[in-house]
Amino acid sequence: MPGDLKEGRIVIVGASLAGLRAAEALREEGFTGSLTVVGDEPHPPYDRPPLSKQVLLGQATADTTGLPMRRDPNADWRLGVRATGVDLLAKQVLLEDGESLPYDRLLIATGTRARPWPNPEEASLDGVFTLRTREDAGGLAERLAAGPERVLVIGAGFTGSEIASACRERGLEVTVAERGPAPLVGALGGTLSKLAAVMHRNHGVDLRTGVTVTALRGNGSFTGAELSDGTRVDADVCVVALGAVRNVEWLAESGLAAGPRGIACDAGCRAFNMYGIVTDDVFVAGDVSRFPHPLFDYQMLSLEHWGNAVEQAEVAAHNMVNPGPLQRPHLAVPSFWSTQFGLNIKSVGVPTYSDHVVIAQGSLEARRLAVVYGYKGRVTAAVTVDMAKSLDYYKHLIETAAPFPPPPGAQDRAIAADVAIPSDVPDPSGLSHGPTVALTGYLPDRRLTLVQPG
Amino acid sequence: MQTVVDLTRCQGYAQCVFLAPEVFELHGEEGLLYATAVPDDQVERVRQAAAACPVQAILLGEEVSAGAR
Repeated sequence: MPGDLKEGRIVIVGASLAGLRAAEALREEGFTGSLTVVGDEPHPPYDRPPLSKQVLLGQATADTTGLPMRRDPNADWRLGVRATGVDLLAKQVLLEDGESLPYDRLLIATGTRARPWPNPEEASLDGVFTLRTREDAGGLAERLAAGPERVLVIGAGFTGSEIASACRERGLEVTVAERGPAPLVGALGGTLSKLAAVMHRNHGVDLRTGVTVTALRGNGSFTGAELSDGTRVDADVCVVALGAVRNVEWLAESGLAAGPRGIACDAGCRAFNMYGIVTDDVFVAGDVSRFPHPLFDYQMLSLEHWGNAVEQAEVAAHNMVNPGPLQRPHLAVPSFWSTQFGLNIKSVGVPTYSDHVVIAQGSLEARRLAVVYGYKGRVTAAVTVDMAKSLDYYKHLIETAAPFPPPPGAQDRAIAADVAIPSDVPDPSGLSHGPTVALTGYLPDRRLTLVQPG
Repeated sequence: MQTVVDLTRCQGYAQCVFLAPEVFELHGEEGLLYATAVPDDQVERVRQAAAACPVQAILLGEEVSAGAR
């Protein structure tokens, strides 16, 4: 029987990074059956990180970021067609063109999309953009090249900050409006967000924090926005960088455990149904998944990280073609990077899963440092700024649940216990953008503080 | 030919910048920017850069062809 897993029909829904890497890995693992990859965008898989960097800087065009294949997965690519549902009993994926694709095993890798501006009329003004797809990036890059008077960026998460950075590098005036107290505060907490705010301002960004945008104005074309502090920003381009929405709506009737936080699965990438029962033939990978992680108290993690899409896709593919005892768990330590204002920011672990931080190497003043995050006396994350080579060391501390503050050898000077300062991770509901990492599990000692009025 | 750098792995050794400066470029001290579509006359240099990368973060290959079905 196990041999049968290398044959049959596999359908992958989602033709981006996770979908492509899973397709390659299935063949690598010896799958010889039929493989179909469904994607709602008309393009073959492409890489998104360059869209907010190289493409906005004018160094590459949006249509040149196609992902290289590691091997040809010999798949039937159904691009430009949206999946509209799954029939778990009949084992069929339903497509918008009316066709049904039968499967023996299914991988869901539908990712996320940009959260749109909530007012559709305002969102449709000419000059208002989101940034997620190739088309988004191409359109925005064209506007930036035309030399607008001012760009308004709504939201100072990673995408918003990278856009602001690219605008300044092109010599464009830019205003950033952030609901929280500082850029990146939702991802990195208080200490590094202060550095981020300094970097914005030193590079000439008109950074407004603690404000929301209440309305976008314009008559056909965007001309400016109203802010909650009563001020108005005149601009001719607006980028809405409010975070991402998981693409789960198509599964509403499926009976799978799919919700706004993603599709719940076990550590082996097997999807749960709505009763919390694990499925045997439906797998999940990438941004759309949420999975339990032992390093973070088995809370369900939702990650929007490039590396997670790759690693989880490989685990899912392995488990799709191997019997139970040979299956392996997805236990990778989360990690991500960002380049903005000339700084290379990299992270391992979950910085928001912290109560205190210490600066273990370097300093904020030097713009070169390693910040270690701890939760209840153990190391849970580290972020480096222009110190990428140190990161592997901290990753090891996280994997081994090392004590916090970190042991001797983890820093370039003595760390007194009282140097640990609160990590100042804010309530996500106070941010313009959504969190790029969300812990969505049950943590008994925090349950009372998690209740949000209104 | 397309290239992608796994920037989760990249530690800023900049060997690629040295070997294929028309494709790889440092942005600040250690941020890496690169040309995603590799010009034909740079493919060999990118191969060398990929081989020389201490953390093996560079992948070079064809993309899924547009007419794939």
